Amino acid sequence: VILTDAIKAAKAGGDYSQIAAAIPYMRFLGVTARQDGLGLTCVLPAAPRFVGNPLLPAFHGGVVAGLMEATAILELLASIELDRVPKLINIAVDYLRPARVAETFAQATVTREGRRVADVGVEAWQDDRARPVAAARVHFLLV
Amino acid sequence: VSAPVAIDAKMIETIIRHIPHCVDLGMRLVELGPDWATLALPYDARLVGDPDSGVLHGGAVTSVIDTVCGLAVMLARGQPAGMATLDLRIDYLRPATPGEELLARAECHKLTRNIAFVRGRAYHASQPGDTVAASAAVFMLEPADRPAKARP
Repeated sequence: VILTDAIKAAKAGGDYSQIAAAIPYMRFLGVTARQDGLGLTCVLPAAPRFVGNPLLPAFHGGVVAGLMEATAILELLASIELDRVPKLINIAVDYLRPARVAETFAQATVTREGRRVADVGVEAWQDDRARPVAAARVHFLLV
Repeated sequence: VSAPVAIDAKMIETIIRHIPHCVDLGMRLVELGPDWATLALPYDARLVGDPDSGVLHGGAVTSVIDTVCGLAVMLARGQPAGMATLDLRIDYLRPATPGEELLARAECHKLTRNIAFVRGRAYHASQPGDTVAASAAVFMLEPADRPAKARP
C-alpha cells in the first residue's frame, strides 16, 4: 500500500486503521484505530511480546510511548491538512501506572497547530479511562 | 539492606534475554561501565515509521533508550533491583539512517535513595559524534532488599 493513498482513503472514509496498516511500526504493534463520538481512539492489543518488565508483568515503556506517538500521528493526519507522516521533534512521556498486559487505548488532542510545528497531547489507558497509564506531549515538524 | 553485587556483562545479557520486547527487537549489549551501558538495536524493516524514507519509528528508538537507561541505573546501584520509569523525554535531533544499526548509550549521573537521573543518546557507529536522539529520564527505585512486585 502506498502511504499517501492510504492517507487519502482514510481521510475520505474515516477508517484510520488503513494508515496504521501502511506504516510498518504501527503494523508491528498491531495498532488499530476507531472513530466514534469521542474522536479517534487507537488500540494496542494485549500481546505478551510487548512486555518490558517480566516481574509485574508490564508492557515496555517504549511500546506505550510507541502507541502514543502513533496515536498523535494518526490524530494529526485526521485533523489537519497533511499528506505524509509528520517529523517527530520530541516526546515527553509521564508513566503514571504500570501498563499491564491488557488492551491499551490512546487518544490525542492537537493542543496547538502552527504553520511549522504541532503540539499534541496524548493519554493512554487500559480498563479505566479515568486512570491513565501514561501521558505524553509530542511536538511534530509539519514542513 | 543487602550489599551491592558486581553486575557484569553476563548478568545484563541475562536480564535482556528475559525481557520479551527486547528479545523481539533484537537488542544486544555492546559495552558497559560502572554507571553506564551501550545497547545496539539492529535495523529492522518492521520498525520503520515512514515507509517513504525507511526511517525508524520513534517508538523503536524510545524502546532501546528506555531499556539502556534502566540498565545504567542497575549498574549504578550495583543491584538488579526493580524500578519504574517516571518520565522520559527524547529529543529527535536527526532521523536514524535507514539500514544502519542504532547504538544507545545511557549514563546514570545521579542516584538517590528513591530516584535515579539518567541521560542518554542514540547514534550510529559510522558517525558516533552525530547524535540521532538525546534523552533525559527519571526512574523511581524499588527498595534493593525487596523484589519488584505488583502494586494494587
